[in-house]
Amino acid sequence: MLKLLSVRLVAILVGLGFALVALYAFVIGAYNAATEEPAGHLPYEKPMDLSWSFDGPFGKWDQTQLQRGLKVYDEVCSACHSLKFVAFRDLEQLGYSEAQVKAYAAAKQVPGIDPNTGEATMRAGLPTDYFPSPYPNNVAAAAANNNAIPPDLSLMTKARGDGTNYVASLLMGYGPPSEELLAEHPEAAPGPGLHHNPYFPNLNLAMAAPLTTAGQVTYDDGTEATIEQMSKDVAAFLTWTAEPTLVKRKQTGWPVLIFLLFATVLAYMSKRQIWAAVKPKK
Amino acid sequence: MSFPWARQYEPKNAVTKFLDEKLPLPRLVYNAVGAGYPVPRNLSYFWNFGVLAGFFLVVQIVTGVVLAMHYAANAQVAFATTEHIMRDVNWGWLMRYAHANGASFFFIVVYLHIFRGLFYSSYKAPREMIWLLGVVIFLLMMATAFMGYVLPWGQMSFWGAKVITGLFGAIPLVGEPIQIWLLGGFAPDNAALNRFFSLHFLLPFVIAGVVILHIWALHIPGSSNPTGVEVKSESDTVPFHPYYTAKDGFGLGIALLAYFALVFFLPNALGHPDNYIEANPLSTPAHIVPEWYFWPFYAILRAFTVDFILPAKLWGVIAMFASILLWFFLPWLDKSPVRSGHYRPLFRKFFWFGLIPAMIVLFICGGAPAEEPYVMLSQIATAYYFIHFLVILPIISSVEKPEELPYSITEAVLGSDKKMVKGENAEPAV
Repeated sequence: MLKLLSVRLVAILVGLGFALVALYAFVIGAYNAATEEPAGHLPYEKPMDLSWSFDGPFGKWDQTQLQRGLKVYDEVCSACHSLKFVAFRDLEQLGYSEAQVKAYAAAKQVPGIDPNTGEATMRAGLPTDYFPSPYPNNVAAAAANNNAIPPDLSLMTKARGDGTNYVASLLMGYGPPSEELLAEHPEAAPGPGLHHNPYFPNLNLAMAAPLTTAGQVTYDDGTEATIEQMSKDVAAFLTWTAEPTLVKRKQTGWPVLIFLLFATVLAYMSKRQIWAAVKPKK
Repeated sequence: MSFPWARQYEPKNAVTKFLDEKLPLPRLVYNAVGAGYPVPRNLSYFWNFGVLAGFFLVVQIVTGVVLAMHYAANAQVAFATTEHIMRDVNWGWLMRYAHANGASFFFIVVYLHIFRGLFYSSYKAPREMIWLLGVVIFLLMMATAFMGYVLPWGQMSFWGAKVITGLFGAIPLVGEPIQIWLLGGFAPDNAALNRFFSLHFLLPFVIAGVVILHIWALHIPGSSNPTGVEVKSESDTVPFHPYYTAKDGFGLGIALLAYFALVFFLPNALGHPDNYIEANPLSTPAHIVPEWYFWPFYAILRAFTVDFILPAKLWGVIAMFASILLWFFLPWLDKSPVRSGHYRPLFRKFFWFGLIPAMIVLFICGGAPAEEPYVMLSQIATAYYFIHFLVILPIISSVEKPEELPYSITEAVLGSDKKMVKGENAEPAV
């Protein structure tokens, strides 16, 4: 009995010890919060809430949009950004034929080895090759871009919160900072080599606006290439590159859930029937 | 051990007779989760989560073994092989999402299982050993989940590994050598990734072993029940099969519906976007947060912000480990003779209006950036957490007057028990 009492006594002392130290830290923190100016955040905007064909539980790819997005990547983004997890063969999923993919790959130069000399060289791409990087290495990428390495875009829409909307919003969001913002946060003024964008967490990023004029890309399907259209198309394309199995995933989900719903109803009915014998009569 | 009225296994044909003589595995299953295990008839759906936890352990092992066939634990290629699984392996995306969300569901059902144990004081005699083994399982799960999260080698993998192994660096004098020894280097790299993979593969089987001990220990006193009154006679129990196999089957259906809804329609909802950025030792994420199931403990870690005799960081580390290790002492801290919270008016108030809000606050603060008001809120909740388990629980068990218990489980279910002895259990026996 005495032994048990002492266990509890020790516990009470230990408990009070932790609690007092935590509360001491609270008091110091509260004092600091009351006396110090809080470090303010620069006010950046949440991405626009745009609508996408692949949204929702029944979402599907809009293949023509993905093809347009590929063209925007190809003609604009690919100058600086790699797409290293996507192979040319994957493009068949966008509705291109095997021959078209072969021709597309062949038009790209990828690193290879000269079969006669064994020296590093460039060769025409094959469908099994991956999208080549615009720079031979990170040092070259940094050197060409004012020390800011352009990130790989394969997973960009999964690597940012609300990624598809974020990419589209960012591409549409470039412009000079407003007078009110600068009045309130003078530190928000873009430094040398930086560009203002309200959707970027610290409001200034190294990438200049990549889509600047309507018609910068000529779409094969005749869609008018406004900045908004190009931004959305490339964001949709990058959603596909980030998760090519997205639509298949949703389509597989439905039969699984319907089967499980059926099985669960059966399980409930058999549980009721089995328990009926021992349940109290009402 | 079992109750004297437990049904006996009878092998019916030559094959089962042969087996029963040479290796009585069917008899073991019959007595463990078959008709040979008498279980209180009044278990609520809160008693489903033990079986569900076992189920999700199996899901994790099966999906994990498949993933390990395609994954390469090398810092150069780990991130790329994870993407290879997502893109090129047949149904690889399903295996990975099932594994990542399976970890979350394993923790959800285990947290509900622990919550049930706390409310119904399932840790009390004669079930102390079941509880102790359960805490061991939980600690092993935390270690396994942490190491698993490092394997995709994304930004949160890397920085999470750095922060968590950094905790050992807070130990005075030997901290830094220990951290270097754990990581096999000054920062997480190939050596750390390889050993984490090896241990991440090993520990689930250790967990499975402790689960067997946990169930073995359970079968000695038998399952607890919502009244907390022990089984008295045959009318208090039903055989596990078919009664609880049917009830658990329904519970499993509900759990799987929720699980697969997440896997197929919101597979990244519980993850962090930064883990889709490859690990980069030169770029620190703005907010390093662990997976959601560690948030309450992460909040306790970060609540200690001021040096007081010991450095603040060491306080945080000690408090975080203490917050879980104190569970080992619960059977000896809470000495109320009544188990179930339904019959403990004071305990119940502190449980619902003290512990549960404190846990919710800790959960939210652990996932939030280390800024006010989150830090201050987590400090108050941390103080309450320790007070609740180490001060309130020992004290209320001696000052509280419990409500009247039913005579038996049968009475609780049917309203009367023919075998009732008048007056017994009105004053709970110690």
